[in-house]
Amino acid sequence: MREIDVKTVTENIREMCIEANHFLSDDMKACLANAVKSEKSELGKKVLNSLEENLVIAGEDMIPICQDTGMAIIFIRIGQDVHFTGGSLEEAINEGVRRGYVEGFLRKSVVNDPIIRENTKDNTPAIIHYEIVEGDGVTITMAPKGFGSENMSRVFMLKPADGIEGVKNAVLTAVKDAGPNACPPMVVGVGIGGDFEKCAILAKKALTRNVSVHSDIPYVKELEIELLEKINQLSIGPGGLGGTNTAFAVNIETYPTHIAGLPVGINICCHVNRHVTREL
Amino acid sequence: MEKNITAPLLESEIKELKSGDYVYITGTIYTARDAAHKRMYESLEKGEQIPIDLENNVIYYMGPSPAREGRPIGSAGPTTASRMDKYAPKMLDLGLKGMIGKGKRSEEVKNAIVRNNAVYFAAVGGAGALLSKSIKKSEVIAYDDLGTEAIRKLEVENFPAIVVIDSEGNNLYEMVLN
Repeated sequence: MREIDVKTVTENIREMCIEANHFLSDDMKACLANAVKSEKSELGKKVLNSLEENLVIAGEDMIPICQDTGMAIIFIRIGQDVHFTGGSLEEAINEGVRRGYVEGFLRKSVVNDPIIRENTKDNTPAIIHYEIVEGDGVTITMAPKGFGSENMSRVFMLKPADGIEGVKNAVLTAVKDAGPNACPPMVVGVGIGGDFEKCAILAKKALTRNVSVHSDIPYVKELEIELLEKINQLSIGPGGLGGTNTAFAVNIETYPTHIAGLPVGINICCHVNRHVTREL
Repeated sequence: MEKNITAPLLESEIKELKSGDYVYITGTIYTARDAAHKRMYESLEKGEQIPIDLENNVIYYMGPSPAREGRPIGSAGPTTASRMDKYAPKMLDLGLKGMIGKGKRSEEVKNAIVRNNAVYFAAVGGAGALLSKSIKKSEVIAYDDLGTEAIRKLEVENFPAIVVIDSEGNNLYEMVLN
């Protein structure tokens, strides 16, 4: 049994909120650099240059990359041999978010109720996905998610007969509908299989995967490559203002499903695909 | 084409703006997003005054992150404009001439743009740190209780934006699609 004081969780989450909102991961920066080189549209290139400049200013002056510093999405994988001490784990996570957003000059974008809509003023509560695994490790991924792109995300409950072509149509439909609203070049997270909520969580999780790494399932890898190519042929382009870079990557995760179903979740993320992972 | 324009906008200037033009805006603009629009709209419905004079003005759909000490504003990029589509035609009919946001607009908004000789600009979404550099002053002038969604008066210098829907109703987002 390994004991971890929840204060450690709070402090790490606080730092991760601030880090994720000011610094993109190297794989995302590499995508942007490649896009600047490959973009055929003059206006598209100008937009991409602005995005590169934006990242430099964000890091140097500590101004969030995007003013929508998101809802705090937390994936936490907990080894079953871990015992958290010193208080409630959930409260410790939310306290980390609270401190990160207040002390880090991040925007507070959470309202207490979807209809009454009073701002909670500290960006809590976070959305927390717990996973219990073997061992005594703890892995936390913090992913701030903005709602310009979140609002364009979809779940399609396809039929088994729709097959892989149905999946392709669903992804392309979601991307076309999203267009300029989702701040392209996008990263498209796709979850295939499971059930209604599982495919959506897989899609979100897919966004946190390194964008330069493909699935190790051969047909899924091919699907990722084909969909990215098809999306980039739509000519939505950077900012939706036209061009050859509409998406940086399509990341797909799969899960077993029911004999009667083919759920597909599509979680669209903008070019500011933020995520930080730490092991405790 | 690249153009320098001033805000509030001039009727003659608006006519010259075409979809795809890259503009640098200097002058005074106002911020308002979902909650401020809802409140203004409800006031107008009741026949009450709203806190900004819309005549020839530009509204920037934006809710900034908090400013660090010594800075006028935090990260300050555009939000998705379509959420304001319900309110925009009324605002345009009352004299609003420009909107800065990102993303698609409804047919009703496009028609109101044409009817009123107005314009819809996009700023680059997700470039809030860069865009904040063009904002020299920011002052909350109404709805302080809305936090990031309060109405702010901004002084901008060479704020970069792209004409998406011009006063003739041309729409860059539709023009670029295959």
